[in-house]
Amino acid sequence: MLFTVTVEVMPKASVADPEGATIARSLDTLGFPGIAQVRAGKVYQLSLEAPSEDVARSTAQDMASKLLANPVIESAAITAVARTDTAGIR
Amino acid sequence: MTTRVAVLTFPGTNCEFDTVKALNRIGCDADLVWHDARQLNGYDVLVIPGGFSYGDYLRPGAIARFSPVMQAVEEFASAGGPVIGICNGFQVLTEAHLLPGALQKNISLRFVCRTVRVRVETVRSSLTRMASKGQVLSIPINHFEGNFTCDDATLEILEEEERVVLRYENNPNGSVNDIAGICNPTGNVVGIMPHPERASDEMLGSTDGLVLLESLCSVSR
Repeated sequence: MLFTVTVEVMPKASVADPEGATIARSLDTLGFPGIAQVRAGKVYQLSLEAPSEDVARSTAQDMASKLLANPVIESAAITAVARTDTAGIR
Repeated sequence: MTTRVAVLTFPGTNCEFDTVKALNRIGCDADLVWHDARQLNGYDVLVIPGGFSYGDYLRPGAIARFSPVMQAVEEFASAGGPVIGICNGFQVLTEAHLLPGALQKNISLRFVCRTVRVRVETVRSSLTRMASKGQVLSIPINHFEGNFTCDDATLEILEEEERVVLRYENNPNGSVNDIAGICNPTGNVVGIMPHPERASDEMLGSTDGLVLLESLCSVSR
């Protein structure tokens, strides 16, 4: 089965995020009020062939801890959704 | 016997020729070794020079870590051989878990390229054995991700075991405890952000990097 797996890599709460802080200031300058905090991260979207959602998720977890995230400074959140159409996959 | 140095080169490395030239200047034999090498027999010292290996894709050093040569680097390091990472090389060594911690974006979010003053904090590393503790060196830095960070427990260990090799006099990037370079517990694996090869000739404005390179090349295994 084909899954769309999303791996969301974010700086850990304990780690300073100057990029997020700068974006927060810029948004404030643009006139968006009420911003308490912005954290900036990266999102990876994979089309992954796997026998089940659990396997898709645990495979992605393994990918995150081995490569996509640096566990010293980043955490990864994973979602896996079964795909019903495969159009657009190359 | 002349010390033989392998200067490891990845796609996107850009300080390899400067490094070879500086090493030659102090009498070492230095070869460029492409990242697909699987053995490093015959070399006394390994240097991972600065640059942008694999375009800094994903994170600096994250892809280089999986290059074929890194297996041989790990074996060389665990046998006690001196392995030095300069700038991007430091980033590669942390990603490869040969050194603890990580190098984040500079707190200023600016690329910093200037000469800084760093203090030698230990002479028990392969890079500082010929320097003196407390000696201050003027050496250029040139990085966007040089802001060293690690968890509190790791930081405590690094300080307690005197594994901070170089410390900035004026912190240019936000790194924890002003750390500019660290080493592994045995002192043979060292990562530093400053570029000693760019402080290796009067014409470059400083020769303060030579004592580091000479320390490195004083070890023939």
